[in-house]
Amino acid sequence: MKVIEVPETLDYRSGDRLVEALDGVESEQRCLLSARHLRWIDPVGMITLLGVGRELKRRTGVAALFQAPESGQVSGYLGRMGFYQPAGEVMDFEAPRRRGGAGDSDVLLELTRIGENHDVHAVVERVQERAGAILSRTLRYPPSAVIQFAVILSEVCQNVLEHAEAPGWVAAQSYNWSRRLGRHVLILAVGDLGRGFRGSLASRHSGRFGERWSDATALEAAFIHGLTRFPDQGRGQGIQQMRKQVRRWDGVISVRSGTARIADVPDWEDLPPLEQDLPMFPGAQITILLPERLPEDG
Amino acid sequence: MMDSRGDGDPQLDAFAVDVRDLLDRNVANLYSHLVTRPTGRAVRIAIEAQLGELDLPALSLVDLSSVSILDFSCADEVVAKLLLARRDRVRPHRDVFFVFTGVKLHHREPILEVLARHELTAVAGGEGMGGAFELLGAAAPRQVEVWTRVERLGRVPAPRVEEVFPELRERRTVEELVDRGLIFRHPLRGDLHALRTLLKETA
Repeated sequence: MKVIEVPETLDYRSGDRLVEALDGVESEQRCLLSARHLRWIDPVGMITLLGVGRELKRRTGVAALFQAPESGQVSGYLGRMGFYQPAGEVMDFEAPRRRGGAGDSDVLLELTRIGENHDVHAVVERVQERAGAILSRTLRYPPSAVIQFAVILSEVCQNVLEHAEAPGWVAAQSYNWSRRLGRHVLILAVGDLGRGFRGSLASRHSGRFGERWSDATALEAAFIHGLTRFPDQGRGQGIQQMRKQVRRWDGVISVRSGTARIADVPDWEDLPPLEQDLPMFPGAQITILLPERLPEDG
Repeated sequence: MMDSRGDGDPQLDAFAVDVRDLLDRNVANLYSHLVTRPTGRAVRIAIEAQLGELDLPALSLVDLSSVSILDFSCADEVVAKLLLARRDRVRPHRDVFFVFTGVKLHHREPILEVLARHELTAVAGGEGMGGAFELLGAAAPRQVEVWTRVERLGRVPAPRVEEVFPELRERRTVEELVDRGLIFRHPLRGDLHALRTLLKETA
């Protein structure tokens, strides 16, 4: 059995370390995905973990065994985030006794499957009820931010439906990054294991790029230039509008697809604007980080 | 269709489309938000089906006052594509005049964005407009000026058109605005009508 260790920290910066472990996995090989030492995970990490689990099943033909975190806090948090239900669809494991989720939860948006149009409506509805307090009190955004956030959420989830041709997941939560940034940050993650940006755009746009066509050029085409596979002029604005709004909030937006990642990065974050030759991971993963407004932001 | 109202009424078959009602009725009472492209498409198809029943020319009021969230995809499907159909000289929408009411402040950004993308202009009224109507989207200053003059007057009888618009370039702009469905010209008498006034007259 191949043992794949989940890093102690699995977040928007460290997910690629887990994805790397997919290299060398062979057909019919049983894998153990061990999250025993997991100490910290955010929505991006959860969606990466689910994606790796699903990809292991696809590559090997058998569901990987998932070993839950030893830490009751982390395990309970995964329970409150609704991790175990979708995880049970792609991996084998004995569910932890305390799954959490009972009573009131501080979770902004639990892991939610996006497979159909009505899933997007349900997510928008749910997040509207909860996002108000987090956006206005925690992040100090104006009251109108709830609607703008719901619009972003709608557009980012539609990206899965329109381009991936495969279901995906979405999750969001806010954290107090007191040591790292001295501010609260909201993390929104959406991911799928569909055909990715390169696959989505290939038939319409690959020709003009010739040998330069790659995951990175496909991401640049969609992210920077707003290209889509549709001839309709009204298409391709979702990502552009998300970028515009995230920039207004001084946030980060990054899209990883295949072997590349592209990002809009404000001063407070040091992610590179474009990364290539990352470990291959199918589909697309979109991450949005929204920081608390500082008093000097007005 | 008019004419039961008398000779002075414009020949418009007016109907009001409350988008939320349409949404409730045609998207199976599921959603109160105009989000996602399929939802927008369903709303637009429902509106177009109603338009198909009308005698032309027709005035279509699209009321957004009950829509709490409007995303860019839905704005593109509902607002932009309804207006785009006017450009199609074959389709019957050519003679439909659209007025968007109940436009809230947070609707404006998606609407403005899709109008700009398609180089479209819409007549709209709602929050932050002080009860007035305005041109949203792609319009040159001279078009805004001429449109505003008609809007302020409400109706310009045909014999007064040259008086109100003494310069040839202004009258050409009037033609553009009529062609783009932003001003209505009475097909028999040639009077110019602000769409706002038609809303009242045909209510």
